[in-house]
Amino acid sequence: MSTAASHEQIADIDAGADSHGIWTRPLRKTGIVGFLTTVDHKKIGIAYAVGALFFLLVGGVEALIIRLQLMTPENDLIDARTYNQLFTMHGTTMVFLAVMPLSAAFFNYIMPLQIGARDVAFPRLNALGLWTFILGGIVINLSWFFQGGAPAIGWFGYAPLTSRQFSPDLGTDFWIIGLQILGIASLVGSFNFITTIVNMRAPGMSMMRLPLFTWMTLITSFLIILAFPAITIALVELMFDRHFGTHFFEVSGGGKPILWQHLFWIFGHPEVYILILPAMGIISEVLPVFSRKPLFGYPLVVFSGAVIGFLGFAVWSHHMFTTGLGIVATSAFAFLTMLISIPTGVKIFNWIGTIWGGRIRFTTPMLFALGFIWMFMMGGFTGIMHSSPPVDAQQQDSYFVIAHFHYVLIGGSIFALICGIYYWFPKVTGRMMNDFFGKILFYTIFIGFNLAFFPMHILGMSGMPRRTHTYKAEMGWSEANLWSTIGALILGFGIATFVIQLIYSCFRGEKTSSDPWDARTLEWETASPPKEYNFAYNPVIHARDQSWENKYGKTGKRMEKIAPGEHGIHMPDQSWWPLVVSIGLFIAGMGVVFHGQPLEALVPFVTSEIDVSLLHLTVPGLVLTFYAIFKWALEGPGGYHLHPSPEELKGTREAQPHEQQGH
Amino acid sequence: MTEPETTIPENIQDMSDHAAQTDPLEALKATSTGVENKKMAMWAFLASDCMFFGTLISTHLIYRKIYPGVEDPQDLFSIELTGFSSFILLMSSFLMALTVSAAHKRNIPGMRAFLMGTILFGMIFLGGQVYEFAHFVHDKGLTLSSSVFGSTFYVLTGTHGVHVALGVFWLLMWFLASLPARLGDFRGERSLLLQLGIFWVSPVLVLVSLYFVKHHEIAYLLAGIGWGILFPLILLASGSLRGRYKRENALDVEVAGLYWHFVDVVWIIIFTAVYLVEYL
Repeated sequence: MSTAASHEQIADIDAGADSHGIWTRPLRKTGIVGFLTTVDHKKIGIAYAVGALFFLLVGGVEALIIRLQLMTPENDLIDARTYNQLFTMHGTTMVFLAVMPLSAAFFNYIMPLQIGARDVAFPRLNALGLWTFILGGIVINLSWFFQGGAPAIGWFGYAPLTSRQFSPDLGTDFWIIGLQILGIASLVGSFNFITTIVNMRAPGMSMMRLPLFTWMTLITSFLIILAFPAITIALVELMFDRHFGTHFFEVSGGGKPILWQHLFWIFGHPEVYILILPAMGIISEVLPVFSRKPLFGYPLVVFSGAVIGFLGFAVWSHHMFTTGLGIVATSAFAFLTMLISIPTGVKIFNWIGTIWGGRIRFTTPMLFALGFIWMFMMGGFTGIMHSSPPVDAQQQDSYFVIAHFHYVLIGGSIFALICGIYYWFPKVTGRMMNDFFGKILFYTIFIGFNLAFFPMHILGMSGMPRRTHTYKAEMGWSEANLWSTIGALILGFGIATFVIQLIYSCFRGEKTSSDPWDARTLEWETASPPKEYNFAYNPVIHARDQSWENKYGKTGKRMEKIAPGEHGIHMPDQSWWPLVVSIGLFIAGMGVVFHGQPLEALVPFVTSEIDVSLLHLTVPGLVLTFYAIFKWALEGPGGYHLHPSPEELKGTREAQPHEQQGH
Repeated sequence: MTEPETTIPENIQDMSDHAAQTDPLEALKATSTGVENKKMAMWAFLASDCMFFGTLISTHLIYRKIYPGVEDPQDLFSIELTGFSSFILLMSSFLMALTVSAAHKRNIPGMRAFLMGTILFGMIFLGGQVYEFAHFVHDKGLTLSSSVFGSTFYVLTGTHGVHVALGVFWLLMWFLASLPARLGDFRGERSLLLQLGIFWVSPVLVLVSLYFVKHHEIAYLLAGIGWGILFPLILLASGSLRGRYKRENALDVEVAGLYWHFVDVVWIIIFTAVYLVEYL
């Protein structure tokens, strides 16, 4: 265990930077400085998960207030405006601050381990993604505390409701800027993951040997970099409309509100797959492990994932069937939408094929995975119903739609993400989450979820519109709404208890070996929790399920281990600049939010005649951002060397000359 | 042109080579595809940037079709000026290609000369855009809020202008980094002082002559004086940058070049979709 660290300077260029900077390079790995300056993909992954789970609880509380309001007819727990704010913030929080970052937590933590990499390609860029995510989430939620409160525009913020005329308060501005900053987080994260997966695979790890989760990470990252620009530009246009008098969506100036819908859904539909493909990746990892069989039809599962991602860009207008696109466009989008059920169905059959005839172990992750298949199929079936324009016209904006997308997002994404947490928890902490409690929680969540959302199908069919703050008793919706609220409370209890079990298990969970599930992929080859450098040796891959082959396979398929050279393992240095860049963006963003407002709106109890202009916060914020990027570039990746202990290097061999050819 | 790499101090070069070649793990880090990480990430960014511009260009084209907004764009545009600045931007791409080629041949003075040309041409393009915007706002009455055409036109071409400006800034950093570390060493290099002189004086000359041609518009004179004062200050203040360019940084210059070429290609599309299409 004696890991010797040596702070040799890797290259002279970095030595020069230290002496010039205001801050010297942070070296402490622990404490608050170690946390704020970390570039370790594992710490960043954990921080993503903590942030995402926090926002999951926030969004969950918002949902429960909504359900309590709807529990009885003509309830007056909250007023209509607060109700509008709650469903807007619930949607925004769950999509952008809970499910996406929780997926990103897995991308960060698991993906580099699965491909045998020491870290992601750009460790400091990874830290930037984390801090922009956290500060973007804070910006959106800060809106509650300022004049007018949170946005009340729905999570897809349709024009012209978002214009200054109809939403004069600051909530919409917080929403715009928060989403812009979150967009930066997603984009830089994705550039990083694409480069990492394409370029930093261990020797022998060909693309068709990649674990399925890594494949889905790659496809999701491509979806993010191609879909996020559309919403970024749409938000920029909206921001200009609200602050600088342009007419992109202003009818009075010649703008067309429908353009917003197109731009939003060109992003919004790929976003649906951004939320579900990582979940499918997790399921494709868990099912083979607990069925003790390889994934059935690996190439087909990969290919259908890619086809889903590709088709995801060609179906956005099915969110707009009722806007009157014309017969040709409507038919084309209906056809393409129906086409997506084919690759999705292929995946489901492959998962069933995987467990078929397997020696199944019903552990907690397996239960969640099986629950995923069933619940996701339920959501998929109603999805196929929506793809038909006449049917969609009936179901548009009804509770049937709410039921549909909660089945795919909770029964799909959230089930799979919880499944992933139970499955990889031993890898991250070296401890187990109690299986008995896990199973109880699974059934609680499963029952609560179905009780909450199944009645919504019926409510929608009997005409209950979504986004309605209350309803009359004569409508006949009372009973189903009551059951739905009871279900939501059970579901909320289940999720909250799950988070408590997670925290408890971090400290008190039973200690376990590095491979408690008898698993198949590379991440289970290293220690739990993994060392800073992930692998003490460089793995050479000879099979798709490498960890399984190491245990049970033929000798020729076993992994080779190459020892690091005499210099040890090169680790990147920590850095302040990702955090400073994010703070600069945060300040600049706040300047735009308060642009044109009296100073009192920003600083309460101050009476002055001054309006906030871009010069007050935005320009200084951007200057700070550019200064930090400049210092970031000058500082370089830096680095030091670590030397693993001899017992970690058991069974390794020296690198052959041909393996040393580098740049 | 092909001056050997003796311009880099001998000792620094040895140290960096040492770090790159004797560490076997560094060597094992060769990427799976053979394309360097930075280049791969830049390609991913450019793919994403395509969608940014794609969204903006579509917005412009859609609104142009359904709501012309401006009665006669031919009267608004000055195709001679925009055509000229487009040509300049294309030529800057050509110079950028020569810059990258020189960097890979480790011909640092050559790289520096071509880099200077690229930056100057980028600045001419930006100057053209500033002139165009000012002209449209003051003389033609086209503003962000005057019509949808104004909204889409300024946001689209403005976004492109910001891209060019960031590119100029980025290339300027590499230009400064490729200068000798100590001011005393400047004289040791043939033609370096001549290059810097051109870099310093030519924008001033252009701006001052514009001042006389364009009816004594004071902004030209101020911009000329500004550059005349600013450039020596930048040179003096760049102490922490100068001398940092090593031969392995050729990759970074190439990545910056990818960005620069992309921004130029996007301009060809914008020039067609925004300007030329109005003359059909």
